[in-house]
Amino acid sequence: MANIVYPKYQSDGSRLGNLLEWVDARFPATSLWKAHLSEYYAPKNFNFWYFFGSIAIVVLIIQFVTGIFLVMNYIPDGTLNASGIPVAFASVEYIVREVPGGWIIRNMHSTGASAFFIVIYLHMFRGMLYGSYRKPRELVWIFGVLIFLCLMAAAFMGYLLPWGQMSFWGAQVIINLFSAIPFVGEDLSLLIRGDYVISAATLNRFFSLHVCAVPLALLGLVVAHILALHEVGSNNPDGVEIKKHVNEKGIPLDGVPFHPQYTIGHDLPAAVIFLFFFSVVVFFWPEGGGYFQEYNNFLPADSMKTPPHIAPVWYFTPFYSMLRAMVWNFFWIDAKLWGVIAMGGGVVILAFLPWLDRSPAKSIRYRGPIFKTLLTIFVIGFLILGFLGTKVPGYYFFGYTPGEGFSPLKYLLSGDLIAQIFTVYYFLFFLTMPYWSKIDKCKPVPERVTFK
Amino acid sequence: MKTHTVELLKRLAAIVLFAPALAMASEAMHLDKAPVSTNEANLQNGAKLFIERCLNCHSASMLHYSDLQKIGYSDKDIAEKFLHADEKVGDYMKIAMTREDAENWFGTAPPDLSLIAKAKASDSGSGADYLYTYLRGFYKDENRPTGWNNKVFANVGMPHVLWDIQGTQVLKESEKDGKKVEELVLSEPGSASVEQYDKEVADLVSFMVWMAEPVAVTRKTIGIFVLVFLACLYVLTHALGKTYWKDIH
Repeated sequence: MANIVYPKYQSDGSRLGNLLEWVDARFPATSLWKAHLSEYYAPKNFNFWYFFGSIAIVVLIIQFVTGIFLVMNYIPDGTLNASGIPVAFASVEYIVREVPGGWIIRNMHSTGASAFFIVIYLHMFRGMLYGSYRKPRELVWIFGVLIFLCLMAAAFMGYLLPWGQMSFWGAQVIINLFSAIPFVGEDLSLLIRGDYVISAATLNRFFSLHVCAVPLALLGLVVAHILALHEVGSNNPDGVEIKKHVNEKGIPLDGVPFHPQYTIGHDLPAAVIFLFFFSVVVFFWPEGGGYFQEYNNFLPADSMKTPPHIAPVWYFTPFYSMLRAMVWNFFWIDAKLWGVIAMGGGVVILAFLPWLDRSPAKSIRYRGPIFKTLLTIFVIGFLILGFLGTKVPGYYFFGYTPGEGFSPLKYLLSGDLIAQIFTVYYFLFFLTMPYWSKIDKCKPVPERVTFK
Repeated sequence: MKTHTVELLKRLAAIVLFAPALAMASEAMHLDKAPVSTNEANLQNGAKLFIERCLNCHSASMLHYSDLQKIGYSDKDIAEKFLHADEKVGDYMKIAMTREDAENWFGTAPPDLSLIAKAKASDSGSGADYLYTYLRGFYKDENRPTGWNNKVFANVGMPHVLWDIQGTQVLKESEKDGKKVEELVLSEPGSASVEQYDKEVADLVSFMVWMAEPVAVTRKTIGIFVLVFLACLYVLTHALGKTYWKDIH
């Protein structure tokens, strides 16, 4: 890896060989290839959960390429055309209807946004299952959390660009949240909007940030994420360090070269399966039941008409639920600020996971019943928070309508109350982890990976 | 003024985020299932109705007249049937009425209908269901400036543009099991029977669904080829991938 010096390429006398030797004398081609692909040794026991890292790269490439083509015809202009439709909104429909192949590009980009979050959520969950954030992989994890934050920024800003009703009002609500931050809040939200309301100025700056700044940061962080990973080596479903057992050449006994065994032998077929499901959505279900492309967003943005129900896109809803769950003023701090703290804190707390987890075993395979139980509830809670975030406040499960008098169902089925309970659980799960992860009854961890 | 706006926005955000009362505003309504067709004859009938009845006040500015070729009209048909003197086949389906006039006459400018069949989808049903129920839901109401009201869209600014076909409906209140029920009753028949009118509306709605995404049928056809290709590719890549692992134990 990084501390290995790879010999420079020696030409075999052929023309191509001479060219490679010339390049390699001037650029670390061999060295990069070997360090990150052909002589990067990954544990041989990767399973289903290990597909999502490389699939995330596939989605990143899809988003970059389709994005480049969308920008060729998209016009970030909030003014109305002669038919009273905002130019930005009309330009998206122009891409869909009149640019050859435009509908495929657009559907791929909008589906790609949702696919990105599905893949990243599964990728992060893999990290929690197998303790991939534990020492020495803390920085891999932290870069990952930063990538997640960048993705959220990209998705949020990108969602404004079609300039539909949900674009407009969703951004209105979320940017207003920043104004809850003490002292700087008002100025901060003004700075983000570039105006006192969402306007053409906001559209222009979000466009700039969405196509330049955020992708640049994202790309840098992805490189840092992979460099950090290749420095320490990949974790695996057993949570053991394969570098502890090496042969006389220093190659891990339980490792296989990343290329070609994992690139072609493992990730390529997986990427094809992913593209199959991706295409099902792109070609047969692009609106995703109103979750991938919201129905209200087919109406042009109108600052005079507030939609009856403003919900963020599905991938933000777990955190949006946490925001809404905060309805009390504690410690002289306004409920709205608590909401913002919960929403931001819900993401930021993930970065502390490497230090919150004190379990002797990394992988769920050898961890005890406390972890397994709490993690199961955590996942269920997170999904329910996500579901409730798409519903209006005052939602009741199973279509229950509360009556006048007292009834236990009023509490048991109340979406608001359940969201509050799971929000508290979400934070308690992390904050009490140093305690319960230590006392949990772990099984002995094997020395070598188990390979089936 | 500026702080006032900020204050207003804050209050608005608070309402949107925290007020459960608002939730009840968008309660599910009953919508009839629209029999949407992709049949050319139905779409053509729908196009005819749309251009004659809707395209005077509403634009469909994301469509060209020439897009109607895709539902079987020739350029000559389009020019003869639908175009006014100075319009060309390649023109967008726009209207002559200005937005200022429209606002003065109807209180609000009639929306562009290019995407309406997608936009009106909700938990209650598809956009087509909404339009199908809406266009069959007009009734006589002397309290409205146009003389018309609608069961799906209360106090709508739009008059009943298909009244001569459907006839005149009135809203009858009656008592059923102690509950007040409102029902639409045909008081004066139009040129078509009830079944025939439903069919006409179904055609119109089918056209509007087509118009919201003219590429929808092609999209699915291409999709099938893409999925078949990917399935074959998987078989190959899976077989290829296996060869790299056969010696690893």
